[in-house]
Amino acid sequence: MNDSIRFILNGEDVALKDVKPTETLLDFLRLKRRLTGTKEGCAEGDCGACTVLVGRLIDGKLHYESVNACIRFIGSLNATHVVTVEHLAAKDGTLHPVQQAMVDCHGSQCGFCTPGFVMSMYGLWLSNSNPDRAEIEKALQGNLCRCTGYEPIVKAAEQVARTRPSALFDPLERTRSDIVARLWAMQGSGTISITSGEDRLLVPGSLEALARILADEPKATIVAGSTDVGLWVTKQMRALNPVVFINHLQELQTITSGEGGITIGAGVTYTRAFETIASKVPTLGRLITRIGGEQVRNMGTIGGNIANGSPIGDSPPPLIALGATVKLRSTEGTRMLRLEDYFIDYGRQDRRPGEFVESLFVPYPAEDTHFAVYKITKRRDEDITAVLGAFYLTLDEQGDVNDVRIAFGGMAGTPKRARAVENELIGRPWNEETIEAVRDAFDTDFQPLSDWRATAEYRQLTAKNLLTRFYLETTGAPAELRRFEEVA
Amino acid sequence: MDKSAFPDPTFVISGPMHASRRHDSAHKHVTGTADYIDDLPEPSGLLHGALGLSDRAHAEIVGMDLSEVAATPGVVWVFTGKDVPGINDVSSNGSHDEPLLAETKVEFHQQPIFAVIAETRDIARRAARKAKIEYRDLAHWSDIDGALENGGALVTSPMTLSRGEAKSEMANAARRLKGRMRIGGQEHFYLEGQIAMAIPGEDDEVTVWSSTQHPSEIQHIVGHVLNIPSNAVTVNVRRMGGGFGGKETQGNQFAALAAIAAKKLKRSIKFRPDRDEDMAATGKRHDFMVDYEVGFDEEGRIHAVDATYAARCGFSSDLSGPVTDRALFHADSSYFYPHVHLTSKPLKTHTVSNTAFRGFGGPQGMLGAERFIEEIAYAVGKDPLDIRKLNFYGKPGSGRTLTPYHQEVEDSILERIVGELEESADYQARRREIIEFNRDSRYIKKGIALTPVKFGISFTLTAFNQAGALVHVYQDGSIHLNHGGTEMGQGLYTKVAQVLADSFQIDIEHVKITATTTGKVPNTSATAASSGTDLNGMAAYDAARQIKERLVAFAAEKWDVPVSEIAFLPNRVRVGNQEIPFPDFIRQAYFARVQLSAAGFYKTPKIHWDRAAGKGTPFYYYSYGASCTEVSIDTLTGEYLIDRTDILHDVGRSLNPAIDIGQVEGAFVQGMGWLTTEELWWDAKGRLRTHAPSTYKIPLASDRPKIFNVKLAEWSENAEHTIGRSKAVGEPPFMLAISVLEALSMAVASVADYKVCPRLDAPATPERVLMAVERMKAVG
Repeated sequence: MNDSIRFILNGEDVALKDVKPTETLLDFLRLKRRLTGTKEGCAEGDCGACTVLVGRLIDGKLHYESVNACIRFIGSLNATHVVTVEHLAAKDGTLHPVQQAMVDCHGSQCGFCTPGFVMSMYGLWLSNSNPDRAEIEKALQGNLCRCTGYEPIVKAAEQVARTRPSALFDPLERTRSDIVARLWAMQGSGTISITSGEDRLLVPGSLEALARILADEPKATIVAGSTDVGLWVTKQMRALNPVVFINHLQELQTITSGEGGITIGAGVTYTRAFETIASKVPTLGRLITRIGGEQVRNMGTIGGNIANGSPIGDSPPPLIALGATVKLRSTEGTRMLRLEDYFIDYGRQDRRPGEFVESLFVPYPAEDTHFAVYKITKRRDEDITAVLGAFYLTLDEQGDVNDVRIAFGGMAGTPKRARAVENELIGRPWNEETIEAVRDAFDTDFQPLSDWRATAEYRQLTAKNLLTRFYLETTGAPAELRRFEEVA
Repeated sequence: MDKSAFPDPTFVISGPMHASRRHDSAHKHVTGTADYIDDLPEPSGLLHGALGLSDRAHAEIVGMDLSEVAATPGVVWVFTGKDVPGINDVSSNGSHDEPLLAETKVEFHQQPIFAVIAETRDIARRAARKAKIEYRDLAHWSDIDGALENGGALVTSPMTLSRGEAKSEMANAARRLKGRMRIGGQEHFYLEGQIAMAIPGEDDEVTVWSSTQHPSEIQHIVGHVLNIPSNAVTVNVRRMGGGFGGKETQGNQFAALAAIAAKKLKRSIKFRPDRDEDMAATGKRHDFMVDYEVGFDEEGRIHAVDATYAARCGFSSDLSGPVTDRALFHADSSYFYPHVHLTSKPLKTHTVSNTAFRGFGGPQGMLGAERFIEEIAYAVGKDPLDIRKLNFYGKPGSGRTLTPYHQEVEDSILERIVGELEESADYQARRREIIEFNRDSRYIKKGIALTPVKFGISFTLTAFNQAGALVHVYQDGSIHLNHGGTEMGQGLYTKVAQVLADSFQIDIEHVKITATTTGKVPNTSATAASSGTDLNGMAAYDAARQIKERLVAFAAEKWDVPVSEIAFLPNRVRVGNQEIPFPDFIRQAYFARVQLSAAGFYKTPKIHWDRAAGKGTPFYYYSYGASCTEVSIDTLTGEYLIDRTDILHDVGRSLNPAIDIGQVEGAFVQGMGWLTTEELWWDAKGRLRTHAPSTYKIPLASDRPKIFNVKLAEWSENAEHTIGRSKAVGEPPFMLAISVLEALSMAVASVADYKVCPRLDAPATPERVLMAVERMKAVG
């Protein structure tokens, strides 16, 4: 039982005993199963040509989500239902309504990206019966098309929503209860351990088991969403051994909004976290919709974004500005520390051997505070940050700055507070003169680099200007361009 | 054939010319059953190849140790340029300046040096990284400035176009302006990367499946590297997952490597580079730097233009000659220059050799011209649209119809197109509102621009303007269609099938579209220069004509009726008073021993070009269009939104409006990407650092204009005798995107009250927009 990865592929049960820890779902589909409808466009989770759906049980309910097969490891698929484009049309060749809409609207030209688009639209169709344009564009953020200019694809998504046929037509709606039962049977409680040649992968059965594994194997690579680690394999061709998969652990999947804030389990994906976060901290919700594409948000976790310590991770600056704390766990027990203190230097974090991130606690901004986060990129959506600024502010009764926390990404080797700017601001009246006066302090805080995303000059100027934007927004002036008012 | 497949004769056939019709592979696209080369069943024993790439931009190779590569378990063969049986060269133009595998010297970072053949692709890729190569570094430069600073060596001969007395007349102009515009390159980012699969045959034969726009060139190159004649090489391609010019010559290296290994090892070989390797080791759109001087009068009417077009060509010539030529051919955009002098500078750089890309230099030439217009508009204080209209080519006889290459513009419909778009987009009122909005809005600014397109159709190398088709009618009345054009998503196969269905008056379902292969139609041209339908549609039409003539002669004799009483009606043939279902008619023709197969041929009439003299008629006709775009920018960050775009585009009498609108929309968004977020960035070591979608940003669904109104000029008909009086559609609409850059420019200009030309260079990333805003603040 615990020597294989078991999942359902379209209709068929699969049990794999010999799995390399870095074998991707895409290679498995194309090379081993000859399911060639799923394409490789970039092998880094950015183009969406490899989009498939993965169904999994969350609190006993079956959810299907679009994912990038190119950076999804087989080891992370235990007790899931993998659905490829081959599964959609009826046996007699009748197209699924999503496919038919793409044909009717002339949504394909070269056709290479099309199966991926069909799967992303299908994922949207399953989860949202009446998407608006903003929701359609959000669902398609992770799919690149170079031929059509997207207009006919968006129209297809609108058409299929309008002419929603009966659920019986749909292969996944029809088999839902059967799939739930089969997935339920696949969920074991023990740890799965597979050795393939010299490589080993582990799927711990519990949080405790995870801690024990990491105590024994402090050099093991922990993989949650694999939206970053996937590229270590496909692009850098790194050998990872052993690999520990944690994305299935229910204990890491909880997100709760309590009295003072939100507790986010390290395994909670951006998509799962979105609703809770957006309802409590809308500006942070908007930021989430600009991280990766839908497939990446369905896989990637906030915990992973923190744990890997990237200087351009999008979640750390706003979480630092909000005063978030991180809970680390090992066999020794747990400890809490301020997120800000977790990031020591470029590539260095305060995480001891055998420790892993268990959860985050994000306090709500108090009623009388202002909080905003702005992400600046070359392309608005599905792009990596050039500059990201998060601002947290409280004013006293006179309207002077009482407390302020400003944190930036993309400006230094780690996510970093703008201490000099903050110090200049404290005690001053919150007005335009002050904003002008403190601009120079950014030069003390940051000496950003030039690279392909932006020059140092642009980063510095934009960082200063984002403080102006924040000021304007606190006065109620419209200051940011938005394509749609809100993305629900 | 079962006659029920040909149901009751109908009054119209399905899939005639001029009807909207879905792409022939649409059902296969959406179900994942359309096979690209990597999806084809693999021959048993197939091996995989990977490239060994240089990690220097310019260096001598002084030592190469590939023993660890070769010793990797699973590796079957490692080979270098010395192992090439024929000539170690894949230059598309015969100039022998592009080694397949670099032997003594590398001239760009990621240049292929060796190839690894292994049991799996993964093994080959990992093994390739174990090479130990010693280099002696040489001076390198990646960009136009670097090339000019280091002597300005050229990869091919430059061209000059001249008419009137530009130099002396410049002095006579009331006003003069000098400036410089930098225009970035562009990665094709076809979703299916380059790929080739070679299958060895007996004797010297080899079959290659290649994702190529130019099967005949692949055939030629494979013959050349293997030292075998073309008749031993068969090249097939059913479809590409996008081409855009990136598969006109860039597939050569992969096909050549696969074929060499296939013949050596007597095993089938597949070569599929990773996306990063594809982006690093294949060419892109040329970056340009335009240095210009424009003379004009107080009204804004152009008197003289003198400009130089320097291009980043990369290390070899490839297609840089014709690309820079086409930049000059379009340096007039839609405007008459009374006195003009234009020169190209195809510069050598230590970067991958740049290549064809939709528009082929035309977009860069036109973008320069629209900058001239902007310069004049801000100088004389007018709406750039007024300056555009003032300078449009005139009507025949106006004395304002001669291009810088001495071809008359006789078919211009620009005035009508621009006029109709101005009206339907409500340009004037919206521009007034925007100027008002900008007055009151402190940080968010808006801009609007309406720009024209005039694009010359034909290959400028006259010989390429020919095509062939092979049509078989089988005994059951079904038709087999083959032609020299390739399908990369543009709907060529569908359109040519429509031509045949229309010619024979049978439902398009009875026309089988087959993979392009050098074995059926020889000596084809690249499917490029927007010419696919013009050329191959006519060739197929010619084949159908031949077969129909034989059928008519047969029927006239057999039923003893005059030819005038024989007609091809929908799914049947009328012979005198009787109507015979098409399959029955064909069967009778077969039994009467009528040849039911024909090879069609077409060559474009009228065109000629004398490059040395800079004179001729390089284009058969022009395609026109216009677009109007409104944008908003954030002057704090340079971020922007495309609020609305209206397009009116000319495809003559459309063969398939649905497909043509798809081409227009797709080209516009691709052009928008070129001018906005798509930025190629090389570091100081000459390494391309934007080599994957994580770092190179093509437009997303959420980047397209929020309101996007696209119309074809339904009244238009090609003045020339093209297939169905249609016009080419592949490239011209790409340049509709220039309205985006111009609208951004106007929004920036508002910061200095429209008194200064912002000189916004491309791509207008948020950073470039913000820096232009800062410049405006400094002068305003």
